[in-house]
Amino acid sequence: MKEILELLETDARLTPGQIAAILGKNEEEVAGIIKDLERKNIINGYFTLINWDKLGAEKVSALIEVKISPQRDVGFDAVAERIYRFPEVRSVRLMSGAYDLVVMIEGGTMKEIAHFVSFKLASMEYVLSTATHFVLKTYKHHGTIVEDGEDDRRQVIVP
Amino acid sequence: MTLKTNWAEMVNPAVRDIAPSGIRRFFDLVTEMKDIISLGVGEPDFVTPWHIREACVYSLEKGYTMYTSNHGLLELREEISRDVSQNYKVSYDPRSEILITVGVSEGLDLAMRALLCPGDEVLVPEPSYVSYAPLAVLGGGKPVHLKTSADNGFQLTADIVEKALTPRTKIILLGYPNNPTGATIDREHLLDIAELARAHNLIVISDEIYDKLTYVGEHTCVSSLPGMRERTILLNGFSKSYAMTGWRVGYAAGNSDFIAAMTKIHQYSMLCAPITAQVAALEALRNGQSEMRKMIAQYSRRRRLVVDAFREIGLPCFEPRGAFYAFPDIRCTGLSSDEFAVELLKEEKVLVVPGSAFGEQGEGFVRCAYAASVKDLMEAFKRIGNFVRRRTGRGKVVTFYFGKMEQKDNEIRKTV
Repeated sequence: MKEILELLETDARLTPGQIAAILGKNEEEVAGIIKDLERKNIINGYFTLINWDKLGAEKVSALIEVKISPQRDVGFDAVAERIYRFPEVRSVRLMSGAYDLVVMIEGGTMKEIAHFVSFKLASMEYVLSTATHFVLKTYKHHGTIVEDGEDDRRQVIVP
Repeated sequence: MTLKTNWAEMVNPAVRDIAPSGIRRFFDLVTEMKDIISLGVGEPDFVTPWHIREACVYSLEKGYTMYTSNHGLLELREEISRDVSQNYKVSYDPRSEILITVGVSEGLDLAMRALLCPGDEVLVPEPSYVSYAPLAVLGGGKPVHLKTSADNGFQLTADIVEKALTPRTKIILLGYPNNPTGATIDREHLLDIAELARAHNLIVISDEIYDKLTYVGEHTCVSSLPGMRERTILLNGFSKSYAMTGWRVGYAAGNSDFIAAMTKIHQYSMLCAPITAQVAALEALRNGQSEMRKMIAQYSRRRRLVVDAFREIGLPCFEPRGAFYAFPDIRCTGLSSDEFAVELLKEEKVLVVPGSAFGEQGEGFVRCAYAASVKDLMEAFKRIGNFVRRRTGRGKVVTFYFGKMEQKDNEIRKTV
């Protein structure tokens, strides 16, 4: 099961048949395991990594440090939930260290993000402060180098 | 008046008579072709792990651009000694029993030159890596080809060795896991061969460059067998296990008198292996285990895919247990291995290496390297399937197997 996940993590387009061949298992069995993993939400989804910059698309993203005061019984979770429900929020993580949550947000323009931070996030109850850092360039995401120059440079035939 | 030099006549006949490589002409064929998928590459498709490259860059920044001792960096020899002893429980003194070479290729050349007298015979199992027989010839020896075949898993056995023995036999050259077949050799066979070597006072040169790439069973280091440390030259390197082919760094380990003899040639012909490569090799041994295991896990997964694909296509393929090659039998197509490779390339743009490039025993087979991405492998096998179906005139070809596919792999896949 762990192996199936590792394979899918590196290439979500592998078919159950291909995974079965790689692992020396039977196809129906693999398909069944994947279904089960999807049902249990261990597989959260399948995505395509897109280099929007290369397309020239106007997209702005920012990383926001958020300090909050935890609430009784629910700790940080309730505030985190209020934040992650916004569709423009791409990720929310609880951190150790100088701040509590790190929020990745994506928008069409800087203005949109500024608007979100000041009107939605900073003014939210229990949010003590925010610090917004705009992303200037992405070099690597999801373990993948965005502009990888390491093509196959081997000679076509080597004894 | 100047005389025109006839270089063909000038060249040493021993060099002139070495047959041209069986794969050179494929370079000419592929230059005008596009969208080729090559399964002809005998090297990892991974780039050297970044931490190794980074260590080398740092060494250059610090000015490590000088010669090393002829033997190579002592720290590197110490790490090699530790690595061999840890993996195979056989110990070599880093000061006198290990020599850093420019890849296994140089190690093999040195060993041959230091051992062979004119007319000495070298037993070379076939199919074998392309340099074995030519280096024996250049060393002044006489290669004697031992035939291994698919029905015994391309393994050398003591029987085969014994039949080839003459009073001039001096060296048995072993290369397992094997390029081009992907075969490994069973410990029992090695024990029998070792017994023969001891009885007839033979030297074993063991090229174990693919040792870490063993997927079924355990690799046996020849010098770890009883009584073999004293009569084995162990050759290994970093090219395959750490994806470091272009660095050209390897080592020879063996008896100190013999290492001293090899070092004599090495010091005059090579002086030392490049220091940048030695620094990189040191980093590989010290911190490269986890990256190496990841790469091996990838090969192991692809291996299954490849064996499965040949079953689907209907080409009999003995189960490769090491290296990253599959060696399917293509005789059902009615083509020679050379014709198969050329026509497959022209019609389907998939490049494989004809088995005949690895000696007569390779005829009827082709070598497919699975050091390629899963995506490329899938596409390549689709194309090979189309080609084979056309050539055999069958919709679906009858499946035939040499031996049984091992269901239980080593634990390596699970270490990622």
